[in-house]
Amino acid sequence: MLELIVKRLLLAIPTLLLVSIMVFALQKLLPGDPVLAMAGEERDPAVIAQLRAEYHLDDPIPTQYFAWIGNALKGDLGMSLRTKEPVTSLIASKLPVTLELSLLAMVVALGIGISMGIIAAVRKDTWVDHTTNFVALSGISVPHFWLGILLILLFSVHLQWLPASGFVPISEDVAQNLKTLLLPALVLGTGLAATLMRHTRASMISVLKADYIRTARAKGLLAPKVVLKHAFRNALMPIVTLTTLLFGELLGGAVLTEQVFTLPGFGKMIVDAVFNRDYAVVQGVVLVVAIGFLLLNLLADVLYLLINPKMRG
Amino acid sequence: MKKARITLITALSGLLLLGASAHSQAESVIRIGLGADPDMLDPHLARTYYGRFVFAAMCDRLVDVDEKLKVVPGLATDWAWSDDGKTLTMNLREGVTFQDGEKFDANAVKFNIERALTLPGSLRKSEISSIDSVEVSGPMQVKFHLKTPDAALLSQLTDRAGAMLAPEAAKKPDFATHPVCSGPYQFASRVQQDRIVLTRFENYWNKSAYHFDKVIFLPIPDASVRLANLRAGDLDLTEGVAASDVKTVEGDSKLALAKVTGLGYQGITFNINNGKVDANSPLKDPRVREAFSLAIDRDALNQVAFEGLYTPSNQAFSPVSPYHVNTPVSTRDVEKAKALLKAAGVTTPLNLTLLVTNNPTAQQVGQVIQAMVGEAGINLNLQMSEFASLLDRQQRGDYQLSLSGWSGRPDPDGSIYSFINSKGTLNDGRYSNAQVDEWLSAARLTNDQAQRQALYTKVVNQLQTDMPIAYLYFEPRIFGMTKKLQGFKAWPDGLVRLAGVSLAQ
Repeated sequence: MLELIVKRLLLAIPTLLLVSIMVFALQKLLPGDPVLAMAGEERDPAVIAQLRAEYHLDDPIPTQYFAWIGNALKGDLGMSLRTKEPVTSLIASKLPVTLELSLLAMVVALGIGISMGIIAAVRKDTWVDHTTNFVALSGISVPHFWLGILLILLFSVHLQWLPASGFVPISEDVAQNLKTLLLPALVLGTGLAATLMRHTRASMISVLKADYIRTARAKGLLAPKVVLKHAFRNALMPIVTLTTLLFGELLGGAVLTEQVFTLPGFGKMIVDAVFNRDYAVVQGVVLVVAIGFLLLNLLADVLYLLINPKMRG
Repeated sequence: MKKARITLITALSGLLLLGASAHSQAESVIRIGLGADPDMLDPHLARTYYGRFVFAAMCDRLVDVDEKLKVVPGLATDWAWSDDGKTLTMNLREGVTFQDGEKFDANAVKFNIERALTLPGSLRKSEISSIDSVEVSGPMQVKFHLKTPDAALLSQLTDRAGAMLAPEAAKKPDFATHPVCSGPYQFASRVQQDRIVLTRFENYWNKSAYHFDKVIFLPIPDASVRLANLRAGDLDLTEGVAASDVKTVEGDSKLALAKVTGLGYQGITFNINNGKVDANSPLKDPRVREAFSLAIDRDALNQVAFEGLYTPSNQAFSPVSPYHVNTPVSTRDVEKAKALLKAAGVTTPLNLTLLVTNNPTAQQVGQVIQAMVGEAGINLNLQMSEFASLLDRQQRGDYQLSLSGWSGRPDPDGSIYSFINSKGTLNDGRYSNAQVDEWLSAARLTNDQAQRQALYTKVVNQLQTDMPIAYLYFEPRIFGMTKKLQGFKAWPDGLVRLAGVSLAQ
């Protein structure tokens, strides 16, 4: 087990290098010049040339890359071209927002997804099953953006219960913090809830068919107890693995959700940075996200092995 | 220390007083919605329109504009031009301090102007490049010596080029993230893409005119989300209300609206001679450009896309400017457009491509124009592009027509020279007319308003047939606010000035 973890961590290094090279290459392929994008209206060619030189944007790309990676290894991800803030401190200030949003969204997704999945499996092929399936399909299909706007209209504009956008750090005010994150977490969670529900249902159905469940039922154990204690515990394995992998998907959803609710998190930062061609920020964020993904994948594998000892080679 | 003493006194004076003092110390806050996050908060390096909102509250300028765009005193109390128009003498306001305690005087002005002229990456350099030197002619008097007369200079000093930064703070490398000026509100904190917080500057020279303890700017790019925040009571004021949302604001009993025709225009720039233009491109012929413009019904466009709230345009000078030329906007004339195309030897349908920013408003404008010019025999393709790419292509000349605009400047020179002069830095179509160049330069060299008006009138009339840019409309500045907000007025430059503004409890 330990061997596996070490091996995987060592493998992560070339992967990260590859990711950083790809990100670097990709943004050079983007049309539009960062300095020009920043200049907006004030496009004095003399100034633009001067700025390009200042940010070393005219150097050969390998030179730019090695300078960047050299600094990155020292923990210096450069400076935002747009606001002159260090990228590391930007990332540090945005990461908690997205992490908290993802965790809350996951709680929402697990709560809705697992309970609906179990009900659908137990009532397989009845109208209950069809209804939950239909709801789940709607959950997958509804765009975050649209749902977000609708929720804002209902809860913020008409009922005035919750703020329409913005963010209050948990350190400042816990109640306000939860208020600002409730709607975004709901929007982000519903999309995943559907995926989780489908998997829970499938996993439960296959377990419920198993011999030991029949035996348990034959012994006269009560149905709910059988379902929850015996069947669900075994059905849980694939769901745990799936959940860790779904965190990656959360990040994609967070991009849109943060845009709608104007949450100052990773998702919003990366979109704005791409539009503003703020390359230093894009590179820094992608690198941190890539590290996050690698760790999550490793965690999923480790969990899988823990749950399923048969797989240990 | 002071706080501790207050707490001690209140603690001693019993519960009743404690309650009362807590009441009187309640912070008054105004939350202002912006359409985008400003860039760096250094007036000499800043580029965005949205940054100007923050600077208006944080940094005093040497001079300011009033609601009619007339130049009025700021940190300079009065000024005079020499007869040859090459020396501008300014007397400065006494008793002004910067937010870090530094004293404002003639030396500070000299430092600031020199910084704007020499700082690497300064975007103010081109705005005040006519300044040759700044002379400290007294402790509270400066003389600007110019290379050539510059009628637009005073107007430039009403904006970021005239913002006065605290000299010691401005020498530090982190000024852009910790700005210090002398305005009514000082920088407190910033979270990128979330908020910029300013607090009251206690030693401001005109403190009594300002009624908020705290000003919070909240960048919310989506207009409908911004409006939702206003309706939900999470914003007290927002700029950039969309034309389609005006009815919603008017129909909300808790909200009020303020609207003024702005200085900014939108238009279609024709690529005449920039980059890889085909030698026999039809757009080189002014008759084709005029035909394109004649095929557009600007009134209908205004009705369809902007609920009739915008102002149809045929020039760079908005009706709020004293330099607006009363040349009527041509009515649509499809037959004449067809005749012009024929005279230019164009075989119809003429295929052209228009670059459009990928936002809903611009797309709608593009589609309306597409339908209109189609009837005159122009087959217009729309090419959507995000803003950064559009600018890049426009600058490189990799386009035929481009829908883009300008936020406008109080002085006419700032809205036309760079775009129309053959050597202009923003002349992306490479239009060139020696006669027009001459008029534009002459208008820069005189401070006489009547003379300048006559010259700009000639330019505007010449552009009606040369048609380097098909001006489409002027954008209004529309603000939405809570009815509790008192004393707010919309200015044509679109900025928020907080003097005399307060919130009723």
